Amino acid sequence: MSILIDKNTKVICQGFTGAQGTFHSEQAIEYGTQMVGGVTPGKGGQTHLGLPVFNTVAEAYAATQADASVIYVPAPFCKDSILEAAESGIKLIVCITEGIPTLDMLVAKERCDQLGVRLIGPNCPGVITPGECKIGIMPGHIHLPGKVGIVSRSGTLTYEAVKQTTDYGFGQSSCVGIGGDPIPGSNFIDILAMFQADPKTEAIVMIGEIGGTAEEEAAAYIKANVTKPVVAYIAGVTAPPGKRMGHAGAIISGGKGTADDKFAALQDAGVKTVRSLAEIGNGLKELTGW
Amino acid sequence: MNLHEYQAKQLFAEYGLPVSTGIAVDNGPDAKAAAEKIGGDKWVVKAQVHAGGRGKAGGVRLVDSPAEAQSFAEEWLGKNLVTYQTDANGQPVSKILVESCTDIAQELYLGAVVDRATRRVVFMASTEGGVEIEKVAEETPEKILKAIIDPMTGAQPFQGRDLAFRLGLNIDQVKQFTKLFLGLAKLFEDFDLALLEINPLVITDQGNLHCLDGKINIDSNAMYRQPKLKEMHDPSQEDAREAHAAEWELNYVALDGNIGCMVNGAGLAMGTMDIVQLHGGSPANFLDVGGGATKERVTEAFKIILSDTNVKAVLVNIFGGIVRCDLIAEGIIGAVHEVGVEVPVVVRLEGNNAELGRQVLSDSGLNIIAATSLTDAAEKVVAAAGGAQ
Repeated sequence: MSILIDKNTKVICQGFTGAQGTFHSEQAIEYGTQMVGGVTPGKGGQTHLGLPVFNTVAEAYAATQADASVIYVPAPFCKDSILEAAESGIKLIVCITEGIPTLDMLVAKERCDQLGVRLIGPNCPGVITPGECKIGIMPGHIHLPGKVGIVSRSGTLTYEAVKQTTDYGFGQSSCVGIGGDPIPGSNFIDILAMFQADPKTEAIVMIGEIGGTAEEEAAAYIKANVTKPVVAYIAGVTAPPGKRMGHAGAIISGGKGTADDKFAALQDAGVKTVRSLAEIGNGLKELTGW
Repeated sequence: MNLHEYQAKQLFAEYGLPVSTGIAVDNGPDAKAAAEKIGGDKWVVKAQVHAGGRGKAGGVRLVDSPAEAQSFAEEWLGKNLVTYQTDANGQPVSKILVESCTDIAQELYLGAVVDRATRRVVFMASTEGGVEIEKVAEETPEKILKAIIDPMTGAQPFQGRDLAFRLGLNIDQVKQFTKLFLGLAKLFEDFDLALLEINPLVITDQGNLHCLDGKINIDSNAMYRQPKLKEMHDPSQEDAREAHAAEWELNYVALDGNIGCMVNGAGLAMGTMDIVQLHGGSPANFLDVGGGATKERVTEAFKIILSDTNVKAVLVNIFGGIVRCDLIAEGIIGAVHEVGVEVPVVVRLEGNNAELGRQVLSDSGLNIIAATSLTDAAEKVVAAAGGAQ
């Protein structure tokens, strides 16, 4: 078991023949991911990296019955790409691209919810179940199949947590980068619920950062629903308050969103928090007695 | 990106929303001429900067003659306005807005923002307009009325009426408010706004609604499809080093400390600042070099970090995921050579070919201290900068 993806997950790539799509599809294939094709409008019928290219996601889905699609298309076209994948019948979309306009994401996320499609990202490293399936841009070689579920808003901070859990020999069940954008397809709570239900995940690492109230909401969820040990780190204690022009942001968050608020909420929920990002592995060791 | 008040009001006027007759000027004689052209016997003159709290800081004045408008303009143009929302240096004033004067019977608040929690554009309205709306939100949140916009259907008239009736407006004002609400919702969508605020939205002595101020913040991810707003960009309102960094696609924010930081990834950059502080140091900046971390960008990043004369040591923290650490090490060496870095540089490389990268650094003969771990890097850079504070 694992969450979201495993060795049986069939994956297509949107933006397959572009530079990013090509490079990361090669890496995924090398890692053992079951890539089954890709989509580039106008290149349907061609073969790329030994796999079939389709003009539309609907064609790709009909031919391959893919479970997941990974999106590497440029930001201006991502709303369209996400909606195309969501309407095709694919149930998991992982969008790596950064810089998508927020109003585009409001619509894309809403439509995915209506269709029962799970969206991960955008602006994220992707999802990996070590030793089985890698969808995204994370370096496969730092991972180790194991028992820690990792969920994070930041790409490189995820890699730090992965490296530490690998160095301690704990390994990872699955790692999910939910992305740093204001409107993520999936939030901490979505992923925490999956880790709680996953028998292979014995402990959870959650990495947050300042801004918004996603960590506070996750803390409340953990308090009520998560029985597995959780270690959390929040980046941005030293970050200055955002240079803002008006008051509307502060009103909507009710003055919340600092790192200290988040640490406090997580501690109150029984989560072990670490103040140094170098202490994530050690924090897990102390909490679990492994 | 932020707009000036006069630019926001231009957009409001184009969307048929009630704003004062106003002219933005950049010299004293033009301020006088603007007041004469607008007519009447009272005018409001307002310094245009990207910050709130201008009134309390003396940047807004009611004047009785065109000559006074001129002297206000000459007083402020070319100077910096310091408000509670700016830093200690304030923001440069390069435009003055001269406006006709409006009678005020009541001050309301109307704002809209993309709310992360509900994943919706949310409009907020309150009878407690004017100063200190944040305090109202914190102490009496029930006085902030909300309308949540469904992204699939957009704003609907009934939502405007609902807000207006709850604000206690009369039926004429309800009609005006609903028109205003729908216009703002369209403007929000058409121009990819992140934040929109009218504080105060006033009711005049005649009982009409009127937008007395306007703040607009635009989603930077959407600038590629907003050519008109791009032309409204005023770089003088931004930190010069941050703007220069942005040209190189480097994300830089200046801070008060003495340890320069260069990191790949925004989250790791914040985490690195935090760990420096945890070991008694004080970060001089946030800097995300991004995924590429090529020699050119690392060179430019060093130049930007070292343009801050407080910097006593630099910490480079790179997690090489896909890129090879030995290539990054060569980039750092090249940059240190080219820029002529004279302060100690502590480098922590992790990930792909990290061992080889560390070897390349130690063989360079430069004043580069290779760290073996993140904690080691933090301790070494704090020591190099003169020890814990």
